[in-house]
Amino acid sequence: MLGGPGLESVVDQLISVITNDGRNIVGVLKGFDQATNIILDESHERVYSTKEGVQQLVLGLYIIRGDNISIIGELDEELDASLDLSEVRAHPLKPVIH
Amino acid sequence: MLFFSYFKDLVGREVTVELKNDLAIRGTLHSVDQYLNIKLENTRVVDQEKFPHMLSVRNCFIRGSVVRYVQLPSDGVDIDLLHDATRREARGG
Repeated sequence: MLGGPGLESVVDQLISVITNDGRNIVGVLKGFDQATNIILDESHERVYSTKEGVQQLVLGLYIIRGDNISIIGELDEELDASLDLSEVRAHPLKPVIH
Repeated sequence: MLFFSYFKDLVGREVTVELKNDLAIRGTLHSVDQYLNIKLENTRVVDQEKFPHMLSVRNCFIRGSVVRYVQLPSDGVDIDLLHDATRREARGG
């Protein structure tokens, strides 16, 4: 069984997860498995809206089931710090349709 | 296995991955695995204004199950090689 592009390289780093229902959850990747189930520490959800700036909801320690994951992005903390999330207006992401 | 091998040969090329939630991400193909999960580097979301959700992300892992299309450079396709490989696969499968 080939490992391929594992998530090994992003363990203990801040990541941004886009879930199949269109949510964006940011946290520190603590663990993962072959099914892409992940353990996310210090996580918070970023809620995007067209009417107000990005809302951040604290979640804590989460396990996210791999079935429900679309994208795992390596968050560039410098870039992220330069963003003013209170000024960002956007439609929430669409859910995945298979 | 055919497309896994095909994508392995495309590592290093610029591709655009369109997902089933309509998000489109452009980047350099870093790696692919047996599930056709894709790792892209130097990523930019195609319509950044509409999708600011990934502004601070430069490298990402995309789950194979959520990919709708992978847009390739036109010189990334060797039609004859693909035809042969597909014929072989069809015979064996």
